[in-house]
Amino acid sequence: MYDPTVARLTYRALLGRRRALILFALPVLLVVIAALVRGLTGADDQTASDVLGGFALATMVPLIGVIAGTGAIGPEIDDGSVVYLLSKPIKRPTIIFTKLIVAVAVTMVFSAVPTLIAGLILNGNGQQIAVAYTIAALVASIAYAAIFLLLGTVTRHAVVFGLVYALVWEALFGSLVAGARTLSVQQWSLAVAHKVSGGDLVTSDVGLPLATVFLVAVTVLATWYAGQKLRTLKLAGEE
Amino acid sequence: MTTEPMPTDRASTQIHNIGYRHYDGPRLGRAYARRSLFSQSLRGAYGLGRSAKSKVLPMLLFVVMCVPALIMVAVAVATKAKDLPLDYTRYAIVLQAVIGLYVASQAPQAVSRDLRFKSIPLYFSRPIERVDYVVAKFAAMASALFILTAAPLIVLYVGSLLAKLDFTEQTKGFAQGLVSVVLLSLLFAGIGLVVSAVTPRRGFGIAAVIAVLTISYGAVSTVQAIADTQDNGSAVTWLGLFSPITLIDGVQTAFLGATSAFPGAEGPSAGQGVIYLLVVLGLIAGSYGLLMRRYRKVGL
Repeated sequence: MYDPTVARLTYRALLGRRRALILFALPVLLVVIAALVRGLTGADDQTASDVLGGFALATMVPLIGVIAGTGAIGPEIDDGSVVYLLSKPIKRPTIIFTKLIVAVAVTMVFSAVPTLIAGLILNGNGQQIAVAYTIAALVASIAYAAIFLLLGTVTRHAVVFGLVYALVWEALFGSLVAGARTLSVQQWSLAVAHKVSGGDLVTSDVGLPLATVFLVAVTVLATWYAGQKLRTLKLAGEE
Repeated sequence: MTTEPMPTDRASTQIHNIGYRHYDGPRLGRAYARRSLFSQSLRGAYGLGRSAKSKVLPMLLFVVMCVPALIMVAVAVATKAKDLPLDYTRYAIVLQAVIGLYVASQAPQAVSRDLRFKSIPLYFSRPIERVDYVVAKFAAMASALFILTAAPLIVLYVGSLLAKLDFTEQTKGFAQGLVSVVLLSLLFAGIGLVVSAVTPRRGFGIAAVIAVLTISYGAVSTVQAIADTQDNGSAVTWLGLFSPITLIDGVQTAFLGATSAFPGAEGPSAGQGVIYLLVVLGLIAGSYGLLMRRYRKVGL
């Protein structure tokens, strides 16, 4: 189910050249903000939770997920070079699974590690906040990478749809309509984080059992469907 | 070798005459080419002259941009309100996510595809110069954004007149809104084009533009909110310099009679507003300069 060559190619596509710039810039920005806030307010648990929840988990993790998830397969489909990969005797689901693992790993490294660092800067892991949000970021990375990888195989406008989901659905509808929060990767991962931290600062609108079921179901279904989609992939010309 | 050319008539020396003729009609020249590039880019920004699929997103965003204005007007007319529920200047700030998505989706298509399919050398084989290309693309993107952001304002204005609101007050607000929208269009177009001209990959361009617009806003507003709870009003104001939409907000608060969307509703004073305005103009000029630099040697 895992092909080292495909993995190596995907790593190089994701981390080579300029794409890596955004991937590095976002975590650096988060750490800078954490330092700035610490300088402004001193160590404060509520503030730390606000910054990590509002900026790291709500904006940064989805965005890195979009870049890594769609970037793992989107450009290849876009410029047609995916045919060289598909013509090799490798199962399509294997290709997807390998790319998923790479995308998950990249998202985790670039979102969870800076979240942990920012959390430590903000309040030195008081009330387990840094660890809780790091775990939320780790869990969210898996689901985001799977969803956005699927989007990358389904549509040419994967990045736009990914951003609409990440920014409009989760950020805007999530804050306005309570029901939208049940269907949000962010809330599912917060449920897991809530269980880990045990405190009151990290809360979620979704119960842990439901969140776990959703997380697993979404990840598995998205990966499976992306594999199916890749089996019947049609290469369209540039419009 | 004979040095003296043979006196021959051309027809007899030709092996095969397939009837090529010189073009001796009027040459339309550089200005015409520039205009064509402008109108083609502007139409392209709304998917006109492109496939049906590429019309969907810009048109959808345009509708999403206008619908709230229509609803507000309908409410104002129906309830006979004294005032519109939202200021003209505030409208673009509230719907900034839509504007951001529009820039992110259309700026890369305006420049990235030319880079990727190497059609830039073809453009420059026409009688246009680098400056024409940059100006045409910049103007087209800014005009497209202006259409996107001014249309709802026109809806609001017409609606407010239909609802028999105060004419002079509404006209003043409308004019202020238009000025702020012009600045916003130029600024966003500049940023969007500079970021997306760096990469020939469309998808990556989209992500990069969104990252610059949204992440900077997210970061700035997060820190502003925290500074506001610390009653650190000056920090709130200075932080606004670091993201495009808060820059516009600051300028219109200082000069265009808008109420600020900053936490605590404390916008910059007139003195700070000058700095805001200078930064905005500097960014617009800077992005023009960067684009000129970017196209100094591209695909050649």
